[in-house]
Amino acid sequence: MPVQLVIEGLSLAFGGVTALNNIDLEVQQGKITAIIGPNGAGKTSLLNCISGLYRPTRGRIFFEGRDITHLSPDARARLGIGRTFQNIELFKHMTTLDNLMLGRHIHLRTGLLAGGLYWLGAWREEALHRRRVEEIIDFLEIESVRYKPVGTLSYGLQKRVELGRALALEPRLLLLDEPMAGMNTEEKEDMARFILDVAEEWGTTMILIEHDMGVVMDISDWVVALDFGTKIFEGTPPEAQQSPEVIRAYLGT
Amino acid sequence: MREDTLPKLLLRNAARLDNKVALREKEFGIWQSVSWRAYARHVQDFALGLAALGFRRGDKVAIIGDNRPEWLYTELAAQALGGAAVGIYQDSLPRELAYIIDHADATMVVVEDQEQVDKVLEIKEELPRVRKVIYFDPRGLRSYGDPLLAYFPEVEALGKEYGATHPDFFATEVARGQGEDVALIAYTSGTTGMPKGAMLTHCNLISMAKNLLAVDPLEQGDDFLSFLPLAWVGEQMLAVSAALWAGVTVNFPEEPETVRENLREIGPHVMFSPPRIWEDMVSRVMVKIEDASFFKRLAYRLLMPVGYRVADYRFAKRPLPFWLRALYFVADFVLFSAIKDHLGLVRLKRAYTGGAALGPDIFRFFHALGVNLKQIYGQTEIAGISVVHRDGDIKAHTVGLPIPETEIRIGEDGEILSRSPSVFIGYYKNPEATAETLAGGWLHSGDAGYLEENGHLVVIDRLKDVMRLADGSIFSPQFIENKLKFSPYVREAVVVGKDRPYVVALINIDMHNTGKWAEKRQLAYTTYIDLSQKPEVLDLVTGEVLRVNKELPEPVRIKKFVILHKELDADDEELTRTRKVRRRFVEEKYRSLIEALYTERETIGVESRVRYRDGHEALVSTALKVITVA
Repeated sequence: MPVQLVIEGLSLAFGGVTALNNIDLEVQQGKITAIIGPNGAGKTSLLNCISGLYRPTRGRIFFEGRDITHLSPDARARLGIGRTFQNIELFKHMTTLDNLMLGRHIHLRTGLLAGGLYWLGAWREEALHRRRVEEIIDFLEIESVRYKPVGTLSYGLQKRVELGRALALEPRLLLLDEPMAGMNTEEKEDMARFILDVAEEWGTTMILIEHDMGVVMDISDWVVALDFGTKIFEGTPPEAQQSPEVIRAYLGT
Repeated sequence: MREDTLPKLLLRNAARLDNKVALREKEFGIWQSVSWRAYARHVQDFALGLAALGFRRGDKVAIIGDNRPEWLYTELAAQALGGAAVGIYQDSLPRELAYIIDHADATMVVVEDQEQVDKVLEIKEELPRVRKVIYFDPRGLRSYGDPLLAYFPEVEALGKEYGATHPDFFATEVARGQGEDVALIAYTSGTTGMPKGAMLTHCNLISMAKNLLAVDPLEQGDDFLSFLPLAWVGEQMLAVSAALWAGVTVNFPEEPETVRENLREIGPHVMFSPPRIWEDMVSRVMVKIEDASFFKRLAYRLLMPVGYRVADYRFAKRPLPFWLRALYFVADFVLFSAIKDHLGLVRLKRAYTGGAALGPDIFRFFHALGVNLKQIYGQTEIAGISVVHRDGDIKAHTVGLPIPETEIRIGEDGEILSRSPSVFIGYYKNPEATAETLAGGWLHSGDAGYLEENGHLVVIDRLKDVMRLADGSIFSPQFIENKLKFSPYVREAVVVGKDRPYVVALINIDMHNTGKWAEKRQLAYTTYIDLSQKPEVLDLVTGEVLRVNKELPEPVRIKKFVILHKELDADDEELTRTRKVRRRFVEEKYRSLIEALYTERETIGVESRVRYRDGHEALVSTALKVITVA
């Protein structure tokens, strides 16, 4: 398996507070990597550095061999890095379908004028994107809410739509910030199945933050543990369960 | 070639109808069509694929999945090879799956997706005869390495290859099929013991379709939406047998959750659903109207009575006066067509309900809208249907008249017996149950019922739940109680009469509805007891009892009733927590009251202990009036 993402000596500080401290990490293509750690360990900060929301104070990030440390978030999205957020970030008054179609916008070729006048193949392009979006709708089993405003959906469904929006970008690397937070057991099981299916169907690499250790053990190939901004452990899920560092960070002993 | 099997009918349709639409499935948000030609092609490829995997005449294939074209391809492919299909409900537990697959000796199992694959793999040790488990939704299954698994299109591809080396195999196998071959083994969920597999032949299924369509014709190209489990014989009736017979287009919903929208998009010409679907539609309309704008609510309030009036005229088979006809035209234009369009019922030629009793109000509601809703009666063992209402001869309390070639008789003990070419040939590997069910050459339904003078069949209850009066007349307390409870003014009713000279009833009025009724008439009342013993209320309830009596045979009509002085309550152990009457307990508790109903007394004194909110108790005595119904 080729390495897709390389992080070298990444540090992030907000004023005097160190959020991330000299982190090295390699993520293999097509694998599901879970980032775990107590609250404030720097998990979301790490994700934000990868997606470009935060600029690291020190260190470099390579995506598929290319240095992306200084690229803007949208440039990174264009390279194939997609993400979902801890708190759902969807257009609540728009339908599921429109939210997903919006996720395709980086793939749009038609310019403003042609799109506005709906000519020069703009309609053909829209049909093409619609087809792709419909495949995602089918994949995530959200046909019944296709035309429903996202704001009216249950929390679990909104999370699913958000995953769909991220998938619409056709990312090669997908960052999931607590995809199962606030879900009941059944919703969690569904989401876990979708995540596994995404990896299997499209070979998408995924980095996810998750608190539920059961889920982490079930779906991830690789586990990275952070504590106070420092990487304290890296290994397979069974190793993580045995690791004294992980246990200490979680249990505080 | 005589079309005496379902695959032969399919080939006939493929030749005759060629590129006309046979199936439609919504995928990726668009309705995708499958022509008769392509339908037959899929069946041929899959059948040959099964043959290549070792499927032989007389073998069985078990099918588990939602309503999809692949379900029908599989069923017809198995039948084309002289085998039978065994439908299994999607929500069956692994234990139930294991029992049915094993008992039916299925050698192939065709399932929809990962969920079902997991279930079958979990029990594969118990299924030594199963050669292949074929799935048609590959998601999540790519990394499964089990050699038992195969992907539906792969089997079809295998079939294409097999066909290249065996060019005449398929046609020969189909031609070898005969009407007497078993086409379908339908497992019925027995209330007691293990499910039994009813074997239905091609002849059973085709004669059912022919006779049903003789009563209610469908045309080639009519639409049907298949959304109830295909393991249910009622769904098989229309989606397979009748559809092949008449060339009806079968539509499959996108997902089980999208049925409502898909129903509206398709606007089927025929539907068959159990009562809950119709009840659900009515409550959805009620909710929508509550939330609608002032004008819409006004239109509903003004025009619905017109519809009800017309429905009543039609039920009574009286000609519509001109003014009513004109009013109905307006009402339909303004309101009814809009409601029907919303529910997807606008093109319906007829709709069926069956499986359980449907309240007369629901019936009236749909007929008011102009939806031709009719009752069906039948069993799995008679291919699903033996009795149906005729157009223009609909009575909410009956199930209608036998279809052609069908005889209905009431046995000595009140059991409904039937005889027709659609009666099954027996339960698979269960000769004792077969002999019992087919004793004397008649199909024993296990239901009690009677025939009205006009020939309409009335179904009372399961035979084991009916009781007898002292003179031997049969009656079902539950059947009569349900009829009473259809009245908005009756909350609970307990009917008594076992080994007694006549039937009596203990009734609870519905405090809310009866109270409103009283308020409208400016009747002042204080408590439940006070309201329930008002002469006006007693008259009101008498009217309801008379209405019920009209639908009952003479000997088992309610002769006397009393309105109870208290509401039956789960806290007093009179009801279960699910609000079912605990008959034994109630009859014991109110024994003296019931005894009094079999004397000449006109009032019964009762005493009840009342506990007030502040905690102190008092003994209240009241005299309940005994009402003798004329």
